[in-house]
Amino acid sequence: MTETGTLRVKTGLAEMLKGGVIMDVTNVEQAKIAEEAGAVAVMALERVPADIRAAGGVARVADPTVIEEIVKVVTIPVMAKARIGHFVEAQILEALGVDYVDESEVLTPADEENHIDKWAFKVPFVCGARNLGEALRRIGEGAAMIRTKGEAGTGNVVEAVRHMRAITGEIRRLSGMRDDELMTAAKELAAPFELVREVARTGALPVVNFSAGGLATPADAALMMQLGADGVFVGSGIFKSDDPPARAKAIVQATTHYEDPKLLAEVSRKLGDPMHGLEISEIPKEQLIQYR
Amino acid sequence: MRVGVLALQGDVREHERMLARCGAESVAVKKPDQLEHVQGLIIPGGESTTIGKLIESYGFVDAIRERHGRGMAVYGTCAGLILIARETVEFTGQPLLGLMDIVARRNAFGRQVDSFEADLRVPVLGPGPFRGVFIRAPWIESTGPDVETLSTRDGRVIMARQGNLLATAFHPELTEDERVHRFFLEEVAGTHGKRETCPDIQSGVRSSTRRARPTPSAARSSLA
Repeated sequence: MTETGTLRVKTGLAEMLKGGVIMDVTNVEQAKIAEEAGAVAVMALERVPADIRAAGGVARVADPTVIEEIVKVVTIPVMAKARIGHFVEAQILEALGVDYVDESEVLTPADEENHIDKWAFKVPFVCGARNLGEALRRIGEGAAMIRTKGEAGTGNVVEAVRHMRAITGEIRRLSGMRDDELMTAAKELAAPFELVREVARTGALPVVNFSAGGLATPADAALMMQLGADGVFVGSGIFKSDDPPARAKAIVQATTHYEDPKLLAEVSRKLGDPMHGLEISEIPKEQLIQYR
Repeated sequence: MRVGVLALQGDVREHERMLARCGAESVAVKKPDQLEHVQGLIIPGGESTTIGKLIESYGFVDAIRERHGRGMAVYGTCAGLILIARETVEFTGQPLLGLMDIVARRNAFGRQVDSFEADLRVPVLGPGPFRGVFIRAPWIESTGPDVETLSTRDGRVIMARQGNLLATAFHPELTEDERVHRFFLEEVAGTHGKRETCPDIQSGVRSSTRRARPTPSAARSSLA
């Protein structure tokens, strides 16, 4: 029997993206630069997170024309963002032939209580998480891939580090638990018990976990890989820097050879200035994206 | 038997897990000089454009061709199938290894919403169906005279062999079925090591030895 949209097919695409860099792009030219640099996928957007942050107002799904144009010019997978809980935006993205939907806190949430029922779709979803409980709730809703939230549009990796350490640390803690401790752990994590038990048994998330939210340099990408990320998303960090093609290529190489400091030194040379970056403590708490 | 998995990008771990289950030693190959120490190489699933650019950056194109010329068996899954092909239907300018006399069509089965799994008939693996997982998968548009078609779907070639080269459009490493990897280790790479740790090998793979197939050296010499 032939089946489409199975969990294996959805998580399988994320497995194929491992060790790679997914880049935010806002037009055809940027998409070509990303593909040429060796991106494993592009995230099609109207504005990168730094500009969304600066513009304020309500951020919504991108214009279908932008997405369609990008789908046409690249052969690598194309992802696009829908608002949290906005299942109609997700339906539109699925109809456009997008390869992955990012139910993303970078856009203004459409539902402050519920996320999208991702099992109802053939297209796979990636969702952000700050900790293991959040990751497992999203997986319980059908997410086929997780990314740390970090703090998008800041060029500051500190929150991505915090979230990756939270997730891997909580996984290690579960791995050391007795079976009779797992129900309480599930209660504390506010996560589905079956998934908590699976993580405790395997010592790993059941889906691929990328890092996102504030990565701006090759060293940032390698740092997240050494901390256990399966791959990285770079949003504003590339096209808000001085020399996007060179930086994009350098980040791809750093993600592949994240354990080779000599090579990291080599690829970090002469990239021009990275994006300016924001200190997290200077951002008012209500403007932080990660708590959405 | 020691087999490398090209570890620049893609589902490297899944192939390593399969090799371990078959009792073979696996090596994550990140630098060309590591090719000296392996008897076979698996090019995993991933993004073929990305892997293509990385093999070019790090001198893998000549290194893999040269090492294959001295007998290293190569198995490509999905992106790996594209990379070992002589050419692709669409000109993308991406570097290819050009080892196998096949023409690949990228994303031939469609985009992600068209990705699918299905039971395949693969005679060399024995009578039981093989669950094929196809993810934005290519197919083999045409094959040269020395290429043996091992499986088709709707008339399209999705698995083929040429001497010590093997290509699948699907991902056996995403299943629990080890038969394709055993076939690569036992038949394509041409050694019969570690049989004691693969007790069920008798049922599937070895029955295929009844069929005649070109020897690795004969197939290699047919390639320009």
